[in-house]
Amino acid sequence: MRWIRHHLVVLAGLITLAYLILPNIVVMVFSFNKPAGRFNYSWQEFSTDAWKDPCGVADVCGSLVLSLQIALWATIGATVLGSMIAFALVRYRFRARGAINSLIFLPMAMPEVVMAASLLTLFLNLGAELGFWTILIAHTMFCLSFVVVAVKARVLSMDPRLEEAARDLYAGPVQTFVRVTLPIAAPGIAAGAMLAFALSFDDFIITNFNSGNTVTFPMFVWGSAQRGTPVQINVIGTAMFVIAVLIVLFAQFISNRRKKTALPK
Amino acid sequence: MTEKTEGGDVRLSGISKTYGSFTAVHPLELTVPQGSFFALLGASGCGKTTTLRMIAGLEDPTTGTVFLGDKDVTGLPPHKRPVNTVFQSYALFPHLDVYENVAFGLRRRGVTSVKKQVGEMLDLVELGDFANRKPHQLSGGQQQRVAVARALINHPQVLLLDEPLGALDLKLRRQMQLELKRIQTEVGITFVHVTHDQEEAMTMADRVAVMNGGRVEQLGAPADLYENPQTTFVANFLGTSNLIEAEVVENSGGDVVVTAADAKLRLPAERCATQPRTGGKLLVGVRPEKISLAHADDAGTIAEGRNRFTGKIADSSFIGVSTQYVIDSPVCPELEVYVQNIERDSRLVPGAEVVLHWNPEHTFGLDAAQDIDAGVETVEETP
Amino acid sequence: MTVTEAPPAPGPVEPVVHKQSVRRKLVPYWLLLPGILWLVVFFALPMVYQASTSVQTGSLEEGFSVTWHFQTYWDALTEYYPQFLRSVLYAGTATILCLLLGYPLAYLIAFRAGRWRNLLLVVVIAPFFTSFLIRTLAWKTILADGGPVVDVLGSVGFLDVTSWLGMTEGNRLLATPLAVVCGLTYNFLPFMILPLYTSLERIDPRLHEAAGDLYAKPSTIFRKVTFPLSMPGVVSGTLLTFIPASGDYVNAELLGSTDTKMVGNVIQSQFLRVLDYPTAAALSFILMAVVLIMVTVYIRRAGTEDLV
Repeated sequence: MRWIRHHLVVLAGLITLAYLILPNIVVMVFSFNKPAGRFNYSWQEFSTDAWKDPCGVADVCGSLVLSLQIALWATIGATVLGSMIAFALVRYRFRARGAINSLIFLPMAMPEVVMAASLLTLFLNLGAELGFWTILIAHTMFCLSFVVVAVKARVLSMDPRLEEAARDLYAGPVQTFVRVTLPIAAPGIAAGAMLAFALSFDDFIITNFNSGNTVTFPMFVWGSAQRGTPVQINVIGTAMFVIAVLIVLFAQFISNRRKKTALPK
Repeated sequence: MTEKTEGGDVRLSGISKTYGSFTAVHPLELTVPQGSFFALLGASGCGKTTTLRMIAGLEDPTTGTVFLGDKDVTGLPPHKRPVNTVFQSYALFPHLDVYENVAFGLRRRGVTSVKKQVGEMLDLVELGDFANRKPHQLSGGQQQRVAVARALINHPQVLLLDEPLGALDLKLRRQMQLELKRIQTEVGITFVHVTHDQEEAMTMADRVAVMNGGRVEQLGAPADLYENPQTTFVANFLGTSNLIEAEVVENSGGDVVVTAADAKLRLPAERCATQPRTGGKLLVGVRPEKISLAHADDAGTIAEGRNRFTGKIADSSFIGVSTQYVIDSPVCPELEVYVQNIERDSRLVPGAEVVLHWNPEHTFGLDAAQDIDAGVETVEETP
Repeated sequence: MTVTEAPPAPGPVEPVVHKQSVRRKLVPYWLLLPGILWLVVFFALPMVYQASTSVQTGSLEEGFSVTWHFQTYWDALTEYYPQFLRSVLYAGTATILCLLLGYPLAYLIAFRAGRWRNLLLVVVIAPFFTSFLIRTLAWKTILADGGPVVDVLGSVGFLDVTSWLGMTEGNRLLATPLAVVCGLTYNFLPFMILPLYTSLERIDPRLHEAAGDLYAKPSTIFRKVTFPLSMPGVVSGTLLTFIPASGDYVNAELLGSTDTKMVGNVIQSQFLRVLDYPTAAALSFILMAVVLIMVTVYIRRAGTEDLV
């Protein structure tokens, strides 16, 4: 009884963990399914057909490539614009700081559907053609704030004396930025960029409103939920999951090893 | 190591700095001779760091001119001044290893083969084996030496040190004081050292400028400042002084005679920072270690001609080499007296009546129109 | 060597590099300009367009024009208030469930995980790597009629209780309010766990020892020390969960039925299928107002200014 009370937190935590990971396991298991009908919701028999032919369904790989392209460009745009804002916010004084802070905060405090709908009214009013460019514009917009937050946190924790030290050691303004400011802010910028990539790649609601007939990967999945879910979706989901987890574990392994070798003999 | 240029002094002429309505540094004239170890000493907020940053170019002076030798460098940005800084808490580049930190200045000036110089410099600060470490893998003392090496490798005309030992513990600080002094003697570069620690300033510097409220209170060699303070701030900030409020009764020939309560004290006229007027007030100062104590029963054994008065021991604390007494007397409350523990008188315990006596030569006089407690170290609680 | 107080007007007064400082003052504006412009044009301006659309009348064929027709708001509210209430109810329930489920896990990772800490954090983030739509579809399999989950919950009488509460219907989970709430909870759980973990991780474990030393029992330590100190995480976690959940329509669409539609579903269908732009814009505007008001009040009450 006392053992249970002592480990109650652990038990509750593990239940939550199971809740979090269960769908991923289902996705993985069902990537080996051979569904009877159009929908891949109930287990029939083991098969590796879909793994042998991941692009075997029309449009699935095309939409994946499109999503990757949009995510890449949106990440670059949001990271550049967001980092510039973050540097300005931390390192300089200027007017209208309060208004600018709200303008950055609001997109994160707004239900996505509101942004999606209002952006669509803008595009409709301007007569813009919905597609790749409208998606890219929208993604850059909502990723921007997240990049600002990530970079700002890093720049805030950076000692301004480091830049003074660089200037004192014969580095001009450009050299100081390239040699000192940028490398030290890099982890924050990288974190912001990774977040932006993930948000853009997996975005559905804003894309749903502003894509017209263009089909990104989430749009493809959404459509297939109506028409029939091919096993290839599970294959791609599982592959992304495994690749990402491997990258994370590899990065951990590298940083652990570096820590060990760096310690004094 | 450096080329000794003629007139390589640092000269500040009418330099001041104001932030809005707050004056951090009042216009000051200051010359740091080439090759000297110069300390700017003062409590936090006295303007010493601002002065240093104006020499480095990290702060634009509101008025005045900074000269390095004969050259006016006031308008030059920091990266164009032949001056380097050892920053408070070092500001080592966390993303670069020790080697690249030290090589940074050389590389920015376009020196391509830095290997030999960096090696030599790391040897000078005894960090040859640590070239590939990152700063966070070093101890505080090692980081401090990297910061010194990173600045010195550029052969600056002047090395500026902003509280370089502030982050170290006491023992290491003592060790690094000697180390820095050794390096300075070896390379012969002018060092300007900012510190709030009076012992540090006195141990290391040839010359000390004591700053208070954005002004230089007094400048001189450490011993001179200690023995002949010109203001109550200097008397209290450098070591401890007993300051007695007294009235001048006689000012003839070489000696000034003053009275405080029932005691008559004597001091040399040339040791007065102000012109004593008969009937006027004077602050009479004496350092705690100059005073001797005799138990009241032995009052007869004290030699003639010494300043003396009686008091009662209020408190005593034994600290090994000496015993520190606090003595209450009608002449002055809470006098501090340090007695060497050579032969300890067991009668000198709290409550005992004692006679304090000292050589009149060891007395100094200060203008009575100042705050008697200026520069006394107070424990400041910051929330 | 002399030190003298300089006379009132000391030497030539230096002009402090004026030329450069004007240019230097403009630097922040150049840095801000492109990003802020982007947000103004593609975030703030659309809000204005949406506001204007909401008071327009007309039809697709003849075009819309601003007629200050505020009646649209009233009509939208009277017609779709069940969806609004459902949104608030489902999002609120999901937020509370996220807090109840997420807190133990965040606590476990912060204080009890030891060398497993990083691995557990990876497991919390890992689901993100698979598209959330695919994972939401997986819940269709998990909650399917006659599946193991329904069997177990049905045999222990859980479904009888929830059905009595109106959260499920008969012996099924899929296409019920509970399924939607379950999906919302699942989707936004990491947004609760991560801020909670960040604020718990900052707490010095010695505070627990100090509280224990001062005669607090474990439950008292939690109530008086740990929980109050984790408030910033609780506040930002609940906001990061509630805000997106209130506008979500994916879970209601995939896991629910026509009786579980939320306001997001209405906005989506009005905009993309019915093409009744004024009504859709009005609904979206009301949703924004409701969320902003709730968030502001909540932040005021919780007294935390520094979010994110």
